[in-house]
Amino acid sequence: MTSPLRALRLKTRIFTAIVVLTNVLGNSFLSRGMQSVGELLSLSPIPYIRALFNPWVAMGVSLLIVWLLSHMALLSWADLSYVLPVTSIAYALVALVGRVFLHEQVSMARWAGITLIVIGVTLVGHTSPRTTKVHNKTGA
Amino acid sequence: MRWLLVSIIVLATTVGEVLQAIGMRHHGEIHDFRPGALGRVVSALAQSRHIIASVAAMAVSFFAFMALISIAELSFAVPATAGSYILETILAKYLLKERIGWKRWAGTVFVAAGVVLLSF
Repeated sequence: MTSPLRALRLKTRIFTAIVVLTNVLGNSFLSRGMQSVGELLSLSPIPYIRALFNPWVAMGVSLLIVWLLSHMALLSWADLSYVLPVTSIAYALVALVGRVFLHEQVSMARWAGITLIVIGVTLVGHTSPRTTKVHNKTGA
Repeated sequence: MRWLLVSIIVLATTVGEVLQAIGMRHHGEIHDFRPGALGRVVSALAQSRHIIASVAAMAVSFFAFMALISIAELSFAVPATAGSYILETILAKYLLKERIGWKRWAGTVFVAAGVVLLSF
């Protein structure tokens, strides 16, 4: 029975890619927008709602909604202890994007961090995405 | 102030994601990705208590994160809030009964160490 496992892995890879990309882009847009919105330390919802009208914040929030839904879909068949480390490749991606597009300095410690994350994600990626029984409505 | 926000984010994210995993497990695997079927999934999830509570916790985490990146850099905010997934992996083992073998533990520790190094 290799083909169901293969299908599960393929589906998991595709959704992991969607989760990672929407997370990285969503947070970058949000961060860009928040820099022009200014400090936001208030318990009143009004400044937050006003921030949502900033186009960068609005795009960031839209991408993060896609992130939330694809993350939920992924968790419908994959373990949380699998999804968590695997999607954290996003952290390494953020650092690389900063290096390539924003010409940020990447220190030795950061390169070491990126390397460790890639090794960790590879290790977890080699485990089965699911170790528990999944509810099956047909009862099979 | 920034560390208070970090603690709120870590706790709210942990609660939110664990509840999300429970809710999605109750729902069962999503097979059908056509728009109509996805619409039915969304309306089923909107009635799930676990998912509603999870979205509420994630909203708290999201607004605290917005407040944090308005006073701190993204390169501080992202690694600082990564603490949540060590906590989540432990909860996944004991609460969700996931089987975490040596590869998954080792990978998780590597990733966590890597994220901490990114903040330097």
